[in-house]
Amino acid sequence: MATQAVEVPIRRQSLRERLDLGSGFTPYFLVLPTIIVILAVAAYPILNSIWLSFLDNPLSPSSSFTGLSNYAQVLGSSEFRTAVVTTFGFTIIAVALETIFGLGIALLINATFPGRGLVRAAILVPWAFPTVISAQIWYLMYNDRTGIVSYLLQRIHVLAPGDTLLRTSNGIIAASIITDVWKTTPFMALLLLAGLQVIPHELYEAAGVDGSNRFQNFWQITMPMLSGPLIIALLFRTLASLGVFDLLYILGGNQVQSMASFSYNNMFTRSTFDFAPGVTAAVILFVTGLIISVLFVLWMRVNQR
Amino acid sequence: MTVKEQVSPDAKARASTAEPRKGIPWGKIGRYTAVVLVVFVALAPLYWSIATSVKSGIELNASPPTLFPHSFSWENYLSDLALSTFTRDLLNTTIIATITTFLALIIGILCAYAVARMKFHGKAVVLGITLSVTMIPLIAMVAPLYVFFTGPFPVYNTYVALIIPDLVISLPVTVWFMTSFFRDLPPDLEEAALVDGATPLRALWEVIVPLTAPGVFAAAILTFIGVYNDFIFGLTLTTDENAQPITVGVSRFAGEHTIPWGEIAAAAVIVTIPLAIVVLFLQRRIVSGLTAGAVKG
Repeated sequence: MATQAVEVPIRRQSLRERLDLGSGFTPYFLVLPTIIVILAVAAYPILNSIWLSFLDNPLSPSSSFTGLSNYAQVLGSSEFRTAVVTTFGFTIIAVALETIFGLGIALLINATFPGRGLVRAAILVPWAFPTVISAQIWYLMYNDRTGIVSYLLQRIHVLAPGDTLLRTSNGIIAASIITDVWKTTPFMALLLLAGLQVIPHELYEAAGVDGSNRFQNFWQITMPMLSGPLIIALLFRTLASLGVFDLLYILGGNQVQSMASFSYNNMFTRSTFDFAPGVTAAVILFVTGLIISVLFVLWMRVNQR
Repeated sequence: MTVKEQVSPDAKARASTAEPRKGIPWGKIGRYTAVVLVVFVALAPLYWSIATSVKSGIELNASPPTLFPHSFSWENYLSDLALSTFTRDLLNTTIIATITTFLALIIGILCAYAVARMKFHGKAVVLGITLSVTMIPLIAMVAPLYVFFTGPFPVYNTYVALIIPDLVISLPVTVWFMTSFFRDLPPDLEEAALVDGATPLRALWEVIVPLTAPGVFAAAILTFIGVYNDFIFGLTLTTDENAQPITVGVSRFAGEHTIPWGEIAAAAVIVTIPLAIVVLFLQRRIVSGLTAGAVKG
């Protein structure tokens, strides 16, 4: 490296060459702070969580190693199994709806027409709401007496007069799904829109010459070309939905539990003996996400072939 | 990936496939129905919170609710702002999010610059690690932070207790956004500076960053929103208004015996409107930032 720096050629090097050749340790030095922060603030806690999940009481100074007994306790509890079902039900339905609506909106604003900018601006509004705030606003609208959503549902006889979605567990989950779809569909739509815009026009032109219709175009050109961004968007949304916490906390008063709320409730709202099972549930959630990520990566590989 | 205004392939394809010229333009009707529907659904809850926030007294508890406020008053806003915990929480969030955003930008820009402009081994690893962090459920990081912050490093219930974990939320956003942004820049920009003998680092801070100020600002907004959105760290790593963020504060509004609908709505408006306005002004850059990496990566 040093000799290269001395033997500066007469020809002026382009920037890229200078940076590539002469930088030496510079790039490593530049990425180091990021790596350190991530190792210290993300990698260490997650590894430490795994360790804590093997202790009987991490909050006591005399805690001892108990092997897998926390796992046996958590996996054996019907409360946790209900939380798993809730989490997966929420995730599957919410992500499916977000994908369908997101794709629809992406196709809608991919065309050029007056009012397109308005749609794009409007869908950014739900995205800018913090989740807790959007949950509070929808909580307002779900109220049995003064909520507009409950009122409309009562009028169309989905709900009995004076009833609200928030009366039952399934209703609370449904309410959370509606709120989640409202808030995160924009993210899906924008990711898919970006994917749509890199599909070469020539494909559609060629298809037009061959006389294929819009329906055929969609399934034979748009969907295959969009599958890469779609899988990535699905992965992001699936992992975020698996960690659902804020919505159920506000809409369900933390009584209908997801895996994350089960973990939180055990760690922070019960006795210190429940702390370790709480951590264990969080680790199980992490591992679940890891397995799902691996499956998605495999799916991406297969898809690229 | 930049989302460009362009004639969509779909529209072109449609132009080339024969569309009936006469009769009712169902396509157009369908499209505008969809547009109206999407805009309505996206904005209705915002309207509802604004409408509720200016109602007062009996109207707030009217059943069925009134679609348009019959009364108009600022009293809900005034009582929110008179609440010392509310203003304090708002201040906490602003301070925490601002500091976190600054730290994430400084650290993240360095990393993004190296990844976008330099050649080195392990680039994919750096990006991969940064991205994989966003996939860890936050609840799985809470326990060690709680144990650590209440024990050996006693910062529990202070700003530091939230700034540290919030970096995990914000750094990946900054790194990915700025990497895609730097990649799209023409290299001539810093070339001049490097010819003058500046180090890459000086070229970065004195030439690139000022020239790309709008992009940096958009990254800052995205980061800020990410941190502002945090609830779980705020809930578990603070106890009171000493450091509690506004998301936690607002969640506790419902905890009273009678639910103060008007005040909740006013609080939601106060918390969201400033962000919504900034986002609308910067929409194009934010959209490209949100989608950074998903298409190229």
